[in-house]
Amino acid sequence: MSDSTTLTLVGLMIALAAGLLGIFVVSRRMSLVADALSHVSLPGVSLALRFGFDPFFGALGVLIFAVLGIEGIQRRRPALRDTLVGVTFTAALAVGILIGTDEGLLESLFGSIEKMDRATALSAILGGLLILGLTAVNFQRFAKITFSSEIAASEGISVKRSNLLFLLLLALSVAIGLKTIGVLLMGALIILPAATARNLSRTLRSMTVVTLMVAAADVLLGFRVAEQFNLLPGPTVVVIGALIFLVSLLARPVEQHFHHAGH
Amino acid sequence: MADMNALLEVRNLSVRLNQADVIRDVSFSVEAGKTVAVIGPNGSGKTTLFRALLGILPYEGEIIWHRRARFGYVPQQLEFDRAFPLTVRELFLLKRPRAGFWLPSESVSALIQNALNHVGAEHLVNRRVGHLSGGELQRVLIATALFEKPDVLFFDEPTAGIDIGGEVTVYKLIEHLAEELKLTVFLISHDLAVVSRYVDQVLCINQRLLCSGAPEKVLTAEQLRALYGSEAAVYRHEHEEEEGRRGHHGQPL
Repeated sequence: MSDSTTLTLVGLMIALAAGLLGIFVVSRRMSLVADALSHVSLPGVSLALRFGFDPFFGALGVLIFAVLGIEGIQRRRPALRDTLVGVTFTAALAVGILIGTDEGLLESLFGSIEKMDRATALSAILGGLLILGLTAVNFQRFAKITFSSEIAASEGISVKRSNLLFLLLLALSVAIGLKTIGVLLMGALIILPAATARNLSRTLRSMTVVTLMVAAADVLLGFRVAEQFNLLPGPTVVVIGALIFLVSLLARPVEQHFHHAGH
Repeated sequence: MADMNALLEVRNLSVRLNQADVIRDVSFSVEAGKTVAVIGPNGSGKTTLFRALLGILPYEGEIIWHRRARFGYVPQQLEFDRAFPLTVRELFLLKRPRAGFWLPSESVSALIQNALNHVGAEHLVNRRVGHLSGGELQRVLIATALFEKPDVLFFDEPTAGIDIGGEVTVYKLIEHLAEELKLTVFLISHDLAVVSRYVDQVLCINQRLLCSGAPEKVLTAEQLRALYGSEAAVYRHEHEEEEGRRGHHGQPL
C-alpha cells in the first residue's frame, strides 16, 4: 500500500470511529468531556517521549487512568463532574508541558504525516475497528441511556457499565488520533461531524448516516487540502470540519421551518 | 406477613443517598392486579421508593417479587437534550433490540401504530421526541412503557387533566389499561381525589411508612395531618366542598 493510501485509510478510520461516538457525546452534552480527554492524554505523550516508548500507549494509559478516576470520584460526588473535568483538563496540560521537552510533543499535539509508521497505522486501524464494532453492537443501549438513563435502568440495562464502556471507547478514539490528527484536535473531530449531522437530520438513524458521511468528507477533503498547500493534516481537517459545520447551521432554519409547516 | 396472593413483598426497606436516610424501615406487600398509590409530601422518598423497587438503586432490606415481573416505567421528569433527533417511532424501536432498529419490518410498524392508538397518539409517530409537548410526551411514554407487555407499571406523577382523546384523563386510561392488560400499577400522586377514586391501596410515605391500606381507611383527616402536617386537613375540607360545587378534580397539594 502506498503511503498516501495508508494515510487516507488511517484518517478515515479515526474520523469514522470518533464521529460515531460523537453522536452520543453531542446528544449527552459531553462536548467538554471529549475536549478534556484530548488534553488529558498530554502527560502520557510527554512521558512516552521522555522514556522512549510509543506515545500511543502513553496517551492511552493516562486516558484510561483519567476515565476511571473521573468515574470513581463522580460516583461519590456526582455534582463535581464539571469542576473535576475542568481541573483535570488544565492540570494535565500543565503537567504534560512541564514533563515534555522533546520536539515530538508538537507532532503529538497537532499531528503530522511524516510520522506515519507501520505501528501507528496498525494501532489506528485496529483501534478504529474496535470502536466501530463495539459502538455498533451497543448503539441502541447508548441511545436509550441518552434518552433516559432511568428508563434504561428500569429495563435492566447496567447504566454504569455502559457509561464506563462509552468513556473507554472515547479515550481510545483520542489515542488513535494521536499522531495523525493530534490529540489536542481530536476533541473537535469527535464533536464536529455529529454536530453538523444534527443540523441536517430529522431522525436518529439519518443523523447516524450523515455523521459518518460528514466525518469521511472532513478527513478526505482535509487531507487533500493539506497535501495541496503543504499544511499539517490535523488542523486542516478540523478547519474543514468547522466550515462544513457552519454551512450546516445555515441549513438548519430551513429544516425547522419545514418542521413547523408540517404540523 | 406471608400473603399467598402477594406479588410483591417489601421487608424493612431502607435507602441511603449521600449518607442520608431517604427511606427507613418500610415494609408492605402488594397483590397482583392492584393499583397502588404512593402519597407523601415533597422529598418524602416516593420516587426513591420507586427506584428501589425497579432495582435502579442499592438498598438494605428485602424486595421480593414472587413472580418474574417485567417493568414498565414512566418517570416524572425526563431531562434529555431536546435537540437529540430521536423520533417517536425510533423510541419504540429501541425497546425491541431484535426488531431491526435500522430497517424495521412492516409488522413492527403496525404494532407501534397500534400502541399509539391506545393512548390516542397515532399522529405523533414521526415527530421528534424532543419536540413533543408535556402531555404528548407523557402519552408516548405510557405507550412505550406498555409496548413490551409489562406486568407492573410504575408511573411517577401522571399529570392530571391531560386529555387523551376527548374526556379521558390519564388516570382513566391507566385504570382501563390496568384492567385490560391485568397490570399491577404503582403510581405516585399528589391528587388525593384521584387516589381515592382509582386505587385499591394507598401507601403513605414520609421517610417511614406512615399508613397503608384501602383509600377509604387511609385517607382520613387524622392520617393526612400526620403525613402532610396540619394544613392538609384544612386543605382536604376545602377540597371536598370544592369538588361538591364544581364536580371537578382538586388541585394537587
